[in-house]
Amino acid sequence: MELRKNYFADVRKDDLHEIGQPRPRSDSPGHVTGKTAYFADRSFPGMLHLKMVRSPHHHARIRSIDTSEAEKHPGVVRVLTAKDVPHNVYTILILIQIGPEDETVLADGKVRWKGEAVVAVLAETERAAQEAAAKVRIDYEVLPAVFDMEEALKPGAPLVNEYHGQNYYLYDSGECRKVRFGDVEAGFAGADHILEQSYQSSPIEHAPTETTGCVVAPEGNDRFTCYTNTQAMFFTLDNTSIILQMPGSKLHFVGGTVGGGFGGKVDVIVEPIAILGAKLTGRPVCFIYSREEEMQISSPRAAEKVVIKDGVMTDGRIVARKVTGYTDAGAYSRHSPYGAQKGAGHYPGPYTIPNVWIDTYCVYTNRTPSSAMRGFGVTIGDFALEVQMDKLARLIGMDPLEFRFINAYRDGDMKAHRQPTEGAALIECMQEASRVANWPVAEKYMAMSSYAKGA
Amino acid sequence: MAKVPVQFTLNGSEKAEFIDSGTTLLNALRDKIGDTSPKGGCHQGTCGACSVIIDGELRLSCLTLAETCDGAAITTTLGLAEGGVMHPLQRAFLDTFATQCGFCTPGMIMAAKVLLDHTPNPSRDEVIEALSGNICRCTGYEPIIQAVLRAARANSQNAA
Repeated sequence: MELRKNYFADVRKDDLHEIGQPRPRSDSPGHVTGKTAYFADRSFPGMLHLKMVRSPHHHARIRSIDTSEAEKHPGVVRVLTAKDVPHNVYTILILIQIGPEDETVLADGKVRWKGEAVVAVLAETERAAQEAAAKVRIDYEVLPAVFDMEEALKPGAPLVNEYHGQNYYLYDSGECRKVRFGDVEAGFAGADHILEQSYQSSPIEHAPTETTGCVVAPEGNDRFTCYTNTQAMFFTLDNTSIILQMPGSKLHFVGGTVGGGFGGKVDVIVEPIAILGAKLTGRPVCFIYSREEEMQISSPRAAEKVVIKDGVMTDGRIVARKVTGYTDAGAYSRHSPYGAQKGAGHYPGPYTIPNVWIDTYCVYTNRTPSSAMRGFGVTIGDFALEVQMDKLARLIGMDPLEFRFINAYRDGDMKAHRQPTEGAALIECMQEASRVANWPVAEKYMAMSSYAKGA
Repeated sequence: MAKVPVQFTLNGSEKAEFIDSGTTLLNALRDKIGDTSPKGGCHQGTCGACSVIIDGELRLSCLTLAETCDGAAITTTLGLAEGGVMHPLQRAFLDTFATQCGFCTPGMIMAAKVLLDHTPNPSRDEVIEALSGNICRCTGYEPIIQAVLRAARANSQNAA
């Protein structure tokens, strides 16, 4: 790899001595010798296994729950239902005032997605817990479900989540997050060409090789040590404190090496119920997702739909862009209101467009709750935007890379969400990409700079 | 539940345990004996993270009943280093940055060891085939392939 230091040589010291130099990873010796300790590598005498009884329905009212046969099963120590959870209704982002609390730790009266946790069984062995879980009897009244975002937004659609009262997240800006910049209709009116396209994605599972889980040990000092593979240690600590109504000083969270996360381990899902189990039994507890649970139960990346309408001039300038984005949160918010909001800021892409109109909706459906994954809120948007850019270039018969040079944002440009562009470096990256990929562009583009407009 | 006696050697040391009939070798190694280098990624024989070597052959310990291993010689990644010196495969994985989260690494090293034990100078295709039962979700396959090829070269230089 060649490190080109000529870009921005005048604005930074030439002290990048680490780049291009191999340095051993500090965790690698543990990995190759099998000594790295993952959360599941800890076990404690008398440790109980927790298995979850899950909803087989996408949307249903719970008429009754009968745990009597499960409790009699040999090896079962405790069975937990909603009434055992001190603060059963929560939402992760309440820590940063993004409410309302809309999700139950254990379902209370209703399930809103297939796989939702209803009853937790704690037993001496994994097998006993599994067998007892199969003996829990739950009487459901199946309700109509909605799986499509546009269907969910129509009047008369089944209401997914009563804590919201409608099938979208209500932002302070209303039913969607909005960006308004310039006059988009005037932009379209003056454009040489209009191109409107729709892009859609399915949920994506992170599928880490190490499944989600934790091991909890009650300590002699009335504290609980929780060994976890969470990617969000303090979110988990604080939410657990709220859910269990237990001061943080009673909770000792131990993280460490995560066996693959990719954003899939930022929800607060296994820890509160495992710690509750340890508290109510006085025994160590492990709650580790099976592979099936990891694939079916853990949050995926949200399904998204992005509708982009662009007005473009034959000289290559994009003069107007209108985007409507839909993020499928599934049945509960988790991190999706934030993901949809990120999309609103991001949809203009790294391009300077004078007239922009963006609406992004965070929509509730009876699907598996979605959450974080690698750039959530912008990754699918980037796919849509860059495919759209190629289509626009083709429409006006222009080289797709030169088309991006014409529209690239540069330092000083005002972005649609009113943040001035600083340190863009996009022009320089594309110049280098042009060289490395052997995709030549006209000399005037190679002479451009992120600093100076008008080139 | 009736306990079953089982004896085998693990990385050259004799082990004897009473286990519940039906216990997998993976759970016996991790929970009873305390060797946590084999990992449980799927418990259904699809990810390869639990790979160990039994009597010279690569085996998925999550699909192997511990009671069938009576009298066997079992090797895990934890036992590869000798006298505190890493095995050439471990060294090569380290030097080629062939680990990311590390969860698949012990299984990868087991698969690679069996390959090199049988085929000291494998082709790239043979390395890929030998690792095809091991999933790396960080998708760092290329450095892993390079690590195995590097270890093979180190072996052949030592033999020459």
